[in-house]
Amino acid sequence: MNELIKQIKDPVLSIQNLSVSYNKGKYAVSDVSAGIKKNRVTAIMGPSGCGKSTLLRAINRMHDLYPNIETIGQIFLNGEDTSTMSNIMLRRKIGMVFQHPNPFPTMSIYDNVIAGYKLNGIRMKKAERDEIVEKSLKDVVLWDEVKDSLTKKGTFLSGGQQQRLCIARALAFRPDVVLLDEPTSALDPVATKKVEELLIELKKQYTIILVTHNMSQAARISDYSMFMYLGELVEYGKTKNMFINPVDKRTEEYLTGKFS
Amino acid sequence: MISLTANNKEPKGLDSRLFKDRLFKVVVFIFAFITISPIVLIIYKLIIKGYKQINLSFFTETAPDTYEAMIALSNNEVIPGGILNGITGTLLMVVLASVMAIPIGLLIGIFLYENSTKRYANIVRDITDILQGVPSIVLGLIAYFWVVKSITNGFSALAGSTALGIMMLPLIIRSTEETLKMIPETIKEAGMALGVPYHKILLRVLIPTGFSGLLTGILLAISRIIGETAPLMLTALGSMGVNYNIEKPTSAVPLLIWEFYNDPNMVDLIWSSSLLLMGFVLLLNLISKHIMAKRA
Ligand SMILES: Nc1ncnc2c1ncn2[C@@H]1O[C@H](COP(=O)(O)OP(=O)(O)O)[C@@H](O)[C@H]1O
Ligand SMILES: [Mg+2]
Repeated sequence: MNELIKQIKDPVLSIQNLSVSYNKGKYAVSDVSAGIKKNRVTAIMGPSGCGKSTLLRAINRMHDLYPNIETIGQIFLNGEDTSTMSNIMLRRKIGMVFQHPNPFPTMSIYDNVIAGYKLNGIRMKKAERDEIVEKSLKDVVLWDEVKDSLTKKGTFLSGGQQQRLCIARALAFRPDVVLLDEPTSALDPVATKKVEELLIELKKQYTIILVTHNMSQAARISDYSMFMYLGELVEYGKTKNMFINPVDKRTEEYLTGKFS
Repeated sequence: MISLTANNKEPKGLDSRLFKDRLFKVVVFIFAFITISPIVLIIYKLIIKGYKQINLSFFTETAPDTYEAMIALSNNEVIPGGILNGITGTLLMVVLASVMAIPIGLLIGIFLYENSTKRYANIVRDITDILQGVPSIVLGLIAYFWVVKSITNGFSALAGSTALGIMMLPLIIRSTEETLKMIPETIKEAGMALGVPYHKILLRVLIPTGFSGLLTGILLAISRIIGETAPLMLTALGSMGVNYNIEKPTSAVPLLIWEFYNDPNMVDLIWSSSLLLMGFVLLLNLISKHIMAKRA
């Protein structure tokens, strides 16, 4: 395990001895350490309830919202301890996409993309805003579909388009890392394929961490994979290696469908 | 289950089940009829008896005195005058009550939503429920002692609005909390994930998202208080003329209805005034229904 963390040279993100508990003493994520390789897709796999979302949400400190949740350990972004950063700075650098598409229902497509700036009261010239919106929507291959209806509500789009809009919203800050929590689980196969192709394209510019309970999805698009079980990071390595030759027995059982 | 051999025979008991089904439909229909017929009858009666009085002067003139009404009645004419003093009084007090109740109600509703599981939130919620159950005449009494006796030193629109405002408060508090609770958590988290501070998410995401629900709650609260009579008798009292001074006694449509009821010469005006009030309440309800339907 620890071998591989050292193998990843200059990780953009480095998680060290991270544990998270919802109820005192009971850890949903326990003592996870891992480095995340820049410009790659890293998948987090594991059966439902094994702590994937909990781990992901610790990375951009979503747990801060809930006073009962205890997080210990450290996370470094480009070598900088994230606990010294403000929430706004951290979340500008680490974007997040959720399981169910969640565009802001009262906002237009345009405003949804620029929401991170708008809601935080960051002022910009209109030309600058237009540029960010266009670039972000082009990044998620949605620009051609919506460029004539930017003032329409984001909720009018199809589920797959909404999810790509949410990805665009996360990209608008040009983050270093994008966290996605089962982004395709609410989508149909066609929309899922589009998002998967998109992620492969996006890794040229961004580092992507993808939670999925669908191991074939991990196999299709990820470069590195983590396998979690009962809050523990059981195995972490190049996706190819892990699928061909899993080291841990539990990984093997999971990959061969003994449990899910 | 499908059985190929036995499908020429009807399953046992089908007849009785069909009968039960039909019986059930009939019963439901009868109860639905019983429920809607009072409303239909009331509206029918109000229109038949009240429409004659509704003309321009109904909205532009103050209530006639009993002598004018008596003359008109004996000449078989429509009663002169209108209910302008009631309409303006009602508007004045509803606006004033809203000014008092809406901000406080919204704030307390937001507070309950944010602290939904805390102990003191439960206490506030219980108090709200109790307040909702307090008879309106008791609220009138309270406003009488708080405002009539100690602030305006006499019956006043302010006292009436205070009583009405207290009535609106629990309705707005609960509708605010319920509305906010219905917004999916994930919308809030989307804001959090963009680094937006909580108070800005509340103001710029949650409140706009729940706006139609909040508005509906306010409209329903207004429609709830607009017909209140008892608390106004103890507070606003009524007035012959149009009054815009919040420290002076003020009329209101339901107060006028009560006055008309007590004057045998003015009975006709009861129907037209009630028709107006009923129409307004129905309109408020239709608007809120429409808003909610558009939201879904
Ligand atoms: N808000 C919460 N409060 C208490 N326990 C939680 C909460 N969220 C998740 N858990 C628990 O933490 C464990 C990990 O959950 P999660 O990270 O959501 O798993 P996964 O995303 O892998 O399905 C589960 O046992 C789950 O029941
Ligand atoms: Mg999950």
